[in-house]
Amino acid sequence: MSDDYILQMRGITKEFPGVKALSDVNIAVRRGEIYAICGENGAGKSTLMEVLSGVHPHGSYSGEIIFDGELCTFRSIRDSEAKGIVIIHQELALSPFLSIGENIFIGNERAKFGVIDWRETNAQAAALLARVGLTEHPQTIVADIGVGKQQLVEIAKALAKHVKLLILDEPTAALNDDDSENLLQLIRGLKAEGITSIIISHKLAEIEAIADTTIVIRDGHTISSLDMHGGDDVSQARIIHDMVGRPLEHRFPEHNPTIGEEVFRVEDWTVFHPIDTERKVVDGVNLNVRRGEIVGLAGLMGAGRTEFAMSVFGHSYGSRISGQAYKAGQPVALTTVDQAMDNGIVYATEDRKRYGLNLIQSVKENITSAGLPKLAHVGVIETEAEGSVAEGYRRELNIKTPTIEVPVGKLSGGNQQKVVLAKWIYTDPDLLILDEPTRGIDVGAKYEIYTIIDALADAGKGVLMISSELPELLGVCDRIYTLAEGRITGCVSRSQATQESLMQLMTMEKGSGDTL
Amino acid sequence: MSSTIKDIFGKNLRQYGIMLALVVIVLIFAVATQGKLIMPDNVWSLIQQNAYVLILALGMLMVIIAGHIDLSVGSGVAFIGAIVGWMMYTWHTNWVLAVLAGIAVGLLVGVWQGFWVAFVRIPAFVVTLASMLLFRGLAQVIAGRTMAGFPQDFNKIANGSLPNWFGFIANPLAGLFPKGSPFGAELDLVTVLIGVIAVVGMVITGWRSRVRQIQHNLPVESMGLTIGRWVGVGLAILVITYILSMNLIGGTPILLVLVGALILIYAFVTTRTVFGRHVYAVGGNRMAALLSGVNTARVDFMIFVNMGFLTAVAAIVTTSRAGAAVAAAGQSFELDAIAACFIGGTAVTGGIGRVSGAMIGALIMGVLNQGLSILTVDTNWQMAIKGLILLLAVTWDLVSKRRSRLA
Repeated sequence: MSDDYILQMRGITKEFPGVKALSDVNIAVRRGEIYAICGENGAGKSTLMEVLSGVHPHGSYSGEIIFDGELCTFRSIRDSEAKGIVIIHQELALSPFLSIGENIFIGNERAKFGVIDWRETNAQAAALLARVGLTEHPQTIVADIGVGKQQLVEIAKALAKHVKLLILDEPTAALNDDDSENLLQLIRGLKAEGITSIIISHKLAEIEAIADTTIVIRDGHTISSLDMHGGDDVSQARIIHDMVGRPLEHRFPEHNPTIGEEVFRVEDWTVFHPIDTERKVVDGVNLNVRRGEIVGLAGLMGAGRTEFAMSVFGHSYGSRISGQAYKAGQPVALTTVDQAMDNGIVYATEDRKRYGLNLIQSVKENITSAGLPKLAHVGVIETEAEGSVAEGYRRELNIKTPTIEVPVGKLSGGNQQKVVLAKWIYTDPDLLILDEPTRGIDVGAKYEIYTIIDALADAGKGVLMISSELPELLGVCDRIYTLAEGRITGCVSRSQATQESLMQLMTMEKGSGDTL
Repeated sequence: MSSTIKDIFGKNLRQYGIMLALVVIVLIFAVATQGKLIMPDNVWSLIQQNAYVLILALGMLMVIIAGHIDLSVGSGVAFIGAIVGWMMYTWHTNWVLAVLAGIAVGLLVGVWQGFWVAFVRIPAFVVTLASMLLFRGLAQVIAGRTMAGFPQDFNKIANGSLPNWFGFIANPLAGLFPKGSPFGAELDLVTVLIGVIAVVGMVITGWRSRVRQIQHNLPVESMGLTIGRWVGVGLAILVITYILSMNLIGGTPILLVLVGALILIYAFVTTRTVFGRHVYAVGGNRMAALLSGVNTARVDFMIFVNMGFLTAVAAIVTTSRAGAAVAAAGQSFELDAIAACFIGGTAVTGGIGRVSGAMIGALIMGVLNQGLSILTVDTNWQMAIKGLILLLAVTWDLVSKRRSRLA
C-alpha cells in the first residue's frame, strides 16, 4: 500500500458560538481510494467537509489542510473546486428547470465573450453523461429525470470541473436499491480512473461493500481509521461501537414513571413522499404510547422520523397516507391539524424557527397561538386573561425574557423551545410529539427541558420524543422505538437498551435481518 | 438612540416617529401655505378628499399583514360605484337600497378574490392584477356614460354634516383672534360634544384597561408615557374639533363620523379578536400558523371579503362626493392605500402593522395632497413627490430594522 496521500487534514478544530463542532481532527486520504466517513447525526462529518471545501473559509478554523502536496487556504467553494475538490450534497444543487447540459456547466459555462456556445455545451455534456452511464439527451430538463439520475448528473458536473477528490454526502439516502447499486458501481469506476472519493454514509452494509478505509467521527473527534481490507477484520459492530461508544453521564433528572392506559396507537401507518408519490417514506409503522410514558423514536437522518410525526399531526407531510390511528383505543381521523388538536395530539417541530414560532410576534402571542380559542369569547380575546396565561408559563417554565411582550426571535434557543412547549401545554394535550426538543440548546437548558418533559408525563400525558442523541433517549425515555428506512426495526425498554443495540437497529437495512 | 429613550417608548418607537413626521409635515405646510392648510374649509376638504385612503388602508393593512397585496381596489371602487349609480340613475332605486346593494356587490368582489387566492392558491398579486383590469373594464361597460343627478340624501353622505341639533355656543377663544377672523366664530355644540366625548372616552377606556392589567399583575406602560400620549392625541382631537365646529362650514362631516367608527372597529378587530390575531400569525409565519391549528385558507379568504366590503364603502363615499358615477373613478386608489400602509410602518414582508400607523400614513398622504394642492403644485409633481416619500419611508423602516437586528 502506497503512502501517496492526496489529502491530509491535520489538527482541524472548528468552533461555533457555544459549540466545539470539531476538535483536533486528523485524517489522511490515500490517492485513488474510496473512503467512508461515519458518525451519528451531529458528530461533525458535514462540518469537516465544509471546512475542507471552503464553506468555512480559512481562518475560521484552526489546523491545516494539505491537498496534492500543497498547503491550502480556501476562502470559498470556488477555491476548493479550482483545486479539484468537489462536494455533492444530499440536497442536490441542481437547478430543476434548466437542462442537464446547462446544469453541468452552471458557473462554468462553455462560452465565448459571455455568449454560450450551445454546440460545445451539449457535445461536452453528452461525453460527460456517457462517462457516468447516462443516455439522456443533454437538453432534457433536470426536473424530468429521477433522483437517481440527478445524482449522476451531479457527478458529471463534478467531472466537468476535473475533479480529483469527490465527496458525496449521503449519496444513496434518497435512492432505491437499483439506483444505489448503480451509483456505487460508478464510484468504483471512477476509482479505476484514479479519482479519490469520500462518502459520508449511515448505511453500514454499503460502507462494507465499497470503502477501502472507514473513518469514524464522534463528537467532533476522529475515533478510528479502519482498513476495510487489511488485518483489522472490521465488522459493522466495530463501526457501531466506535460511533456511539461514549460514556454515559448523569445529566438527566431522576424520574420514576407511573404508566397508565394506552393513550395513542397507530397501526400500519404508511406515508409516501409528497412529490415523488411512488417513494415510501414511512412504511407500515406500528407503535403505541401510554399515559405517563415517555417513548423515544430513534433513527438516523432520513429514516422518516419527522415525516412520520408530521403525517400523524394532521397529515402535515406526505401523500397517500394510510393506516389507522387510535386515541385511547378509539379509532380517530387525523387528516387536519385541527382534528389532531381536537383529539389531543400535538407536535412540537424540530425546526422551531421555520415551523414552530412566529419570531416577530411576542412571547405572549406565541404561547397562546394554539390555544387561543380558550381565551376568546365570541371571537374577542380576553386580553388580561391572555397576559396571565403567558405570565404563568413564563414563571412555571422559567422562560428568560425581559417581558412577555418581547418578540420571541430575541430569545435564546432554549427559551424559544420553552415557548414552543408552553404553547402546546396550554392546549392541554394527551399526546405530545416532541421532535428534537433539545436541538441547538445548551446543557443547562437541556436539563430544564427534560424536567418539563418528565412533569408532562407525570401529569398523565403521553410523550413521543424524537431525538438524534442516543444518550438523551436512554436518559429520558421509558421505551424506545427504532426506525430505519421508514420501518420500525425494534422496540426496546430503557433497561435493555444500549447505544450499541440502538445503533444496530437504526442501521438495519431492508432484507438485512428480521424486523419486529 | 440611547437605551433609555428606547425603554420609555418601547416597541412603539417607530409609531411615535411616524406621528412626529405627521406633525412636522403639517407644520411645514401650515407655514408654507401661510396658515391656509389649517383653515376650516381646507381641513374639511382634507377629510372629504382623503376619506377613501383611510377607508381602503384599513382593509389593505390586513391584506398586507397577511402577506398579500390587492391591486384591484381602485377598479373595484369604479365598478361598485357604477352599479350603485346605475341603480339610482336608471332604475331610480331608493338610495338606501342602492347603498346596501353596493355593499353586497363589494362582498361578492371579495369572495371572488378570496376564492382565487385562498382556495385555488393563485398569488394575490396576479389575482388582483387580473381583477384590476376586469373591474375597470366592467365599470367602463356600466358607466360608459357618466351618470349624475342622485338623491340629495345620497350626496350628503360625503358632502353633508351632522345637523346643528343643539345650537351654537360662544367661542371661549374668540378673544385670541382679531375681529372677523374665522377662528373667532361661534362653535357648533354637536361637534364640540363629539370632540370632548372622544377625548374623555379615550382616557376612560385607557385607564380601565390599565387598572385591569395591574389587577392581573401584568406589566404596564409607564404612567408618564400614557399621560403624554393622552395629552398629545387629546390636543390633536380638540384642535380639529375646534376648527370643524366653527359655524362657517357646518360642523362635523358625516364622513368623519363614518371613518372614525371604522377606525375604532378595525383597531379592535386587529388587536382584540381571534381573527385579527390569526391575520398576524399567518403573515408572520404561515407554516407555524398552519401547524398551530390556524385555518390559513379561511383567514386569507376573509381578508379579501373584508377588503371587498371596504372597497364598497369607499365606492359609495367616492360616488357620493362626486355626485356622479364615473368609469374613471378610483384611479390609483390602490396605490394610495398601499403607500399609506407602508408609510405607517406595515412590514413589506407581512406580519407587522397597526391601524394607527396606517391611519397616520394615510393622513401624511392626505396632508401632502392637500398642502401641495393649496400651493398649486402641478399634479404630476405631486405624484413624483409622493412616490419619493413612499420610497424614503420604507427605506428608513428596513434600514432601522436591519440595524436593530445587528445590535
